[in-house]
Amino acid sequence: MNNLLIALGALFLALLFGGLIQGLDRRLTARIQRRVGPPILQPYFDVLKLWAKEPLFTSSMTEVCAWGGLAGSAAALGLFFAGQDLLLVFFTQAVGAVLPAVGALASPSPYSQTGGQRELLQLAAYEPVLLVVLACVGQASGSFSANAPLHLSGPLLPSLPLTFAALLLVMGIKLRKSPFDTAASAHAHQELVRGLYTEYSGPSLALLEVAHWLDTLLLLGICALFWATSLWGMTLLIALVWLGEIVLDNASARLTWPWLLAVFWGPGLLLAAANLAWVVW
Amino acid sequence: MKMLKKLTEYAQRKSPWILHYDCSSCNGCDIEILACLTPIYDVERFGAVNVGNPLHADVLLVTGSVNLRNAAVLKELYRQMPEPKAVLAVGACALSGGVFRDAYNVLGGVDKVIPVDVYVPGCPAKPESVLDGVILALEKFRRDADHGDKS
Ligand code: SF4
Repeated sequence: MNNLLIALGALFLALLFGGLIQGLDRRLTARIQRRVGPPILQPYFDVLKLWAKEPLFTSSMTEVCAWGGLAGSAAALGLFFAGQDLLLVFFTQAVGAVLPAVGALASPSPYSQTGGQRELLQLAAYEPVLLVVLACVGQASGSFSANAPLHLSGPLLPSLPLTFAALLLVMGIKLRKSPFDTAASAHAHQELVRGLYTEYSGPSLALLEVAHWLDTLLLLGICALFWATSLWGMTLLIALVWLGEIVLDNASARLTWPWLLAVFWGPGLLLAAANLAWVVW
Repeated sequence: MKMLKKLTEYAQRKSPWILHYDCSSCNGCDIEILACLTPIYDVERFGAVNVGNPLHADVLLVTGSVNLRNAAVLKELYRQMPEPKAVLAVGACALSGGVFRDAYNVLGGVDKVIPVDVYVPGCPAKPESVLDGVILALEKFRRDADHGDKS
C-alpha cells in the first residue's frame, strides 16, 4: 500500500515537473541557436491544445497504442520510484516503448511505416545495452532493488565508469536527441514528416508527449543511481548529463540506422559488458 | 469546467503549429516565411512550430496562387487538418492570384478553394506582417470557443 502511494505521488510530481524539463530544454536550445525561444510552460500549452483537438485516426490501433505507451511509461516510472526491482522496471518500460511503434505500423501511411520500423530498430539497438547497464547497477550495489544504491557507502560511478558511458548512449535515444533521433525527433527537427508520430494526432499525440516526459525522467532517475549517496552529487550529475545532451543535440547531425546499430551493438554493448565482467570478478 | 475551457482556449492561442503549403508561388513569399524562423524574427517565441504534417497542424499557411493542378492538393491538406483550424493566405498571389491571375490555368486566390481566415497582403509579404497574421488567426480560436461553434 505504501509503495503504491509513493508511486502515485512520484507520478503526480513527474507530470508536474516533466513538462518543465522539456520547456527548459526548448528554451535552452533556442538560446544556443541565438533565438529567444518559447515560454518555459510551452509543453503544457502544446499538450492541452493537442488534447482539445478533434481526434482523427487512420487505424483504431493508434489510439490504443498511445494509451498503452503512456501506461507503460507511467508504470515503469512508478515502479522505479517505489524502489522495485530494476529488471521489472526495464521490462515495463520496454512494453511502453514498443507499443507506439506497433501503433505506427498499424497505419498504411508509408511515413508512419518507416517511422515505426526505425523505432523498432532503435529499440533493438538500445534495449540490450540498457539491460546490461541495469545488470551492472544490480551487481555493483548487491541488489536489484531500485533504491539499493541509496544505501551504499560510496557512489557507483567510480566502479562503473564504462557502464555510465553506455548509459549516456541510451539516453541519447530515449531523449530523442541527435545524433540518435532516427525514428522521431523532438522540437522542430523533422524526419520523414514526423517519423514515428506521423499518424498520431490530437489527443493521441498528447498522450505520447506526456509519455516522453515520463521516459525522460526515468532515464534521468537511472542516471542518478550512479551518484545516489549524496543529493548534491546526484543533482550535479543529472544536470551535467542533461546539459551535455542538449549541446550534443545542437552540435551533431542525425546518424543513419546502420550506424546507429553499429554504435550500440559495438561500443555500447562492449563498454557495459566489460564493466559487468570487471564488477563480477 | 469553465476554468478548464478557458485554459484550453489559452493553450490553443499559445501553441499554433503551422503547416506551410506553397501553391505556385514565385518563392518570394516562401523566403520571407523562412525568415520568420530565423533568430531575427523567431516565430517560436509565440509557441509556433513549423510542422510538415497536416495531422499535427493548427494553422495552414498558403503562398502562391491556386491553379488547376494544386487545387486538389490544397483541399486535401485542409481536409486532413483536425479542428479547430485556421487558414492564412500570404502574399498577393494567395489573395487574388496576383501577377499570375491572368494565366490560363490559374483559378485565383486561396479562397476560391478553401475558406480563408486571414489575408496577409504584400508582394512579397513582410515577415512582420506574416507574424501579425498568425497572431490574428489565433484570435479565431478565441472566437470559436466563445460561440461554441467549431467551423
Ligand atoms: S505575392 Fe509576390 S513574392 Fe509572393 S509569391 Fe506572389 S509574386 Fe511571389
